[in-house]
Amino acid sequence: MALNEPAMRQETAASDNAIELRGISKAFGSVQANKDISIRVRRGTIHGIVGENGAGKSTLMSILFGFYRADSGEIFINGKPTEITDSESAIRAGIGMVFQHFKLVENFTVLENVILGAEAGGLLRPSLARARGLLKDLAREFELNVDPDANIEDLSVGHQQRVEILKALYREADILILDEPTGVLTPSEADHLFRILKGLKEQGKTIILITHKLREIMDVTDDVSVMRRGEMVATRVTAQTSPTELAELMVGRKVLLRVEKTPAEPGAEVLRVENLRHVDGQGVERLRGISFGIRKGEILGIAGVSGNGQSELLEVLSGLREAEGQVVLDNEALPLSGSGCDGQSRRARRIAHVPEDRQRRGLVMNFHAWENIALGYHHDPLYNPSRWRMDNPAIIRDTEGKMSAFDVRPPDPQLKASGFSGGNQQKLVLAREIEYEPDLLLVGQPTRGVDIGAIEFIHQRLIRLRDAGAAILLISVELDEIMALSDRIIVMFDGRIMGERMPDETNAQELGLMMAGMA
Amino acid sequence: MDVATIVQVLESTLRLATPLLFACLAGLISERAGVFDIGLEGKMLMAAFMSAAIAYVSGNVWVGLTAAVFASVVLSLVHGVASITFRGNQLISGVAINFLAAGITVVVAQNWFRQGGRTPSLSGNARMQRIDLPFVDAVRDVPVLGPIYTILSGHALLVYIAFLCVPLTWYVLFRTRFGLRLRAVGENPAAVDTAGVSVVRLRYGAVAICGVLCGLAGAYLATGLSAGFVKDMTAGRGFIALAAMIFAKWRPWHAMGAVLLFGLLEAVANRFQNIEILGVGVPVQAMQALPYILTVVILAGFVGKAIPPRAGGWPYVKEH
Repeated sequence: MALNEPAMRQETAASDNAIELRGISKAFGSVQANKDISIRVRRGTIHGIVGENGAGKSTLMSILFGFYRADSGEIFINGKPTEITDSESAIRAGIGMVFQHFKLVENFTVLENVILGAEAGGLLRPSLARARGLLKDLAREFELNVDPDANIEDLSVGHQQRVEILKALYREADILILDEPTGVLTPSEADHLFRILKGLKEQGKTIILITHKLREIMDVTDDVSVMRRGEMVATRVTAQTSPTELAELMVGRKVLLRVEKTPAEPGAEVLRVENLRHVDGQGVERLRGISFGIRKGEILGIAGVSGNGQSELLEVLSGLREAEGQVVLDNEALPLSGSGCDGQSRRARRIAHVPEDRQRRGLVMNFHAWENIALGYHHDPLYNPSRWRMDNPAIIRDTEGKMSAFDVRPPDPQLKASGFSGGNQQKLVLAREIEYEPDLLLVGQPTRGVDIGAIEFIHQRLIRLRDAGAAILLISVELDEIMALSDRIIVMFDGRIMGERMPDETNAQELGLMMAGMA
Repeated sequence: MDVATIVQVLESTLRLATPLLFACLAGLISERAGVFDIGLEGKMLMAAFMSAAIAYVSGNVWVGLTAAVFASVVLSLVHGVASITFRGNQLISGVAINFLAAGITVVVAQNWFRQGGRTPSLSGNARMQRIDLPFVDAVRDVPVLGPIYTILSGHALLVYIAFLCVPLTWYVLFRTRFGLRLRAVGENPAAVDTAGVSVVRLRYGAVAICGVLCGLAGAYLATGLSAGFVKDMTAGRGFIALAAMIFAKWRPWHAMGAVLLFGLLEAVANRFQNIEILGVGVPVQAMQALPYILTVVILAGFVGKAIPPRAGGWPYVKEH
């Protein structure tokens, strides 16, 4: 008996873990995406995995879901060694995955998406009926309400995500992996999701939550593991750690989570917007009479759930869309249509623009860094002294300077834009726009998909530009970012301004309600 | 225009629509699975040649038909290997198949039969026999019903099979597990893959079905509609079938409507080769060009917004 005891203890210990990975390694060419990773996930818990972009979180989960085969290492599911060769075997092992980019058939109904691949026989009718019943039960039990007959493309992102969870539950998954689930959700949708996850946990399901938002980790997880550069650097019980410690573990050095800034010293009004209206190509009125002003040396933050007119506002002001109303810059009207309403003319008026989508609007991904640095400024006498033949060596030299000023890594002007990480791509765009010392900087989603370390840097740069006397219009769906950076906050909903608040006189709840059109 | 003429034209419409219908459904199934196929023409041509050649040699049209289907499926699999396994460009693979078929049929026909790139003309059991529906003679003189029944009667077996394929295709696509997965793989293969179903196997299945249907189209063309193979006898029907498929927005019943329209135009063009409008004779060529002109007009203006399957034309590459 005594002899058997340690073995037995080990047995129970092993089967307490829903998942155990031992020594998982995976390389893509010369890049080691996962290095000797071992992790245990206790059954019936929510286990967070954090790490910067490229830390190897997604690769690890893709191995677990059978998208990639590990080069070496073992996977144990419920204590049993398990070979996961493809998604089918992962599903059979009870693993369900909710990808960051949903894997749904857009023009199928919810029911069709749920049964796809898990049909109960050759004909659809019985499968659909069975799924309909099951969905009803799940909706009651876990607040997973979705109209089973709605087409996916007609659903909000939050509802689409519920369909993904339903898909996994329909396949009787015991282990649910969610990859960056809140990136696309409104604050209230995210709260709803976390209620669902907690409900699932109470039913004994195991949940792995991959995220870069430390607040979510602290709020919902039981344990948290940190990955850095392909390695698992630490696993902590969430209650015994702090956001500061996690951030340090992620980045490998001390990070400032709070933005340090002095109070603004706003000067004269730079930009005045009066009754701005815009109707888009589909005939939808996106801006319904917007009025506001920005002064020198202040950051005006515009909060709102994406799709409420902020993008259109940014594009109208940067000359990419035409609109009606009045915009005055430095006591001189800004043309809102016809000639003078284009990016080049706006730049001539010292307005710089950091677009929301850096890959589609901010950069040409196939161009070298130095070619991207010249974009929009190719008439600059430094780059183009003869107005005819570009002085490429001058551009490259200038790019080197800008890259080092903005700590773009690697500092290689000849690298294509697509070769940089998201954060470094964003720094390239910011370097291009900020180094021209604009009077007004329009910036959209400055840190979307950017690592913590780079976020810190970008925020400091924006503050520094403000302190140098520029006016900054900041649009972001990250409420934390708006609250940390802005000197004044405007909330937009459905093309209108819901109200204006000072950051130290409001809180996330109030702004969240305003973003939802209430209050 | 008398009733007899109308009956004649409509009868011929059904016959002319048959190869188009097979090819159209073939393209529809392939494209619904996300594999664009502009090689319908080539597969039909190859099948037409094989059916005529083998039917002539064996004296049995059904042996010819089997050979036609086999040849067409082989070409389909070539397309499959190029565009599914090796993730090549589907348009280029399709064009290659068209060129290959156009050349190889004539060269082999010349080598085998030495009649200038055609097969000897077929007769007897080497051609498809017409099937008279029961009681056709009895009801011939009944008003309204009689002529309609007459139009439907007296076609080769493949004509009936082609039109039966329409509800069958609809049922398979929209009422079975295979159909659901097939449509899903054409819209979002990643969804199918993460649901634990093989994208590659599904797409090969669709491409093989496409090959079988093209084989039937070609066989009917050479052994039913005509009596032997001649050079380039498909005459762009593969492309007209693609146009019909787009016109039908990838839906089987609408596809039937579309090919009947094209068939009618071709029948009219064949029947009324010398007509005068306002005293001016319309050249034969102008009449024969009608189906092709219609193709352009329909595709340019009348389709409205035709949204192809969203993953159509793109090889599936796993990414997370």
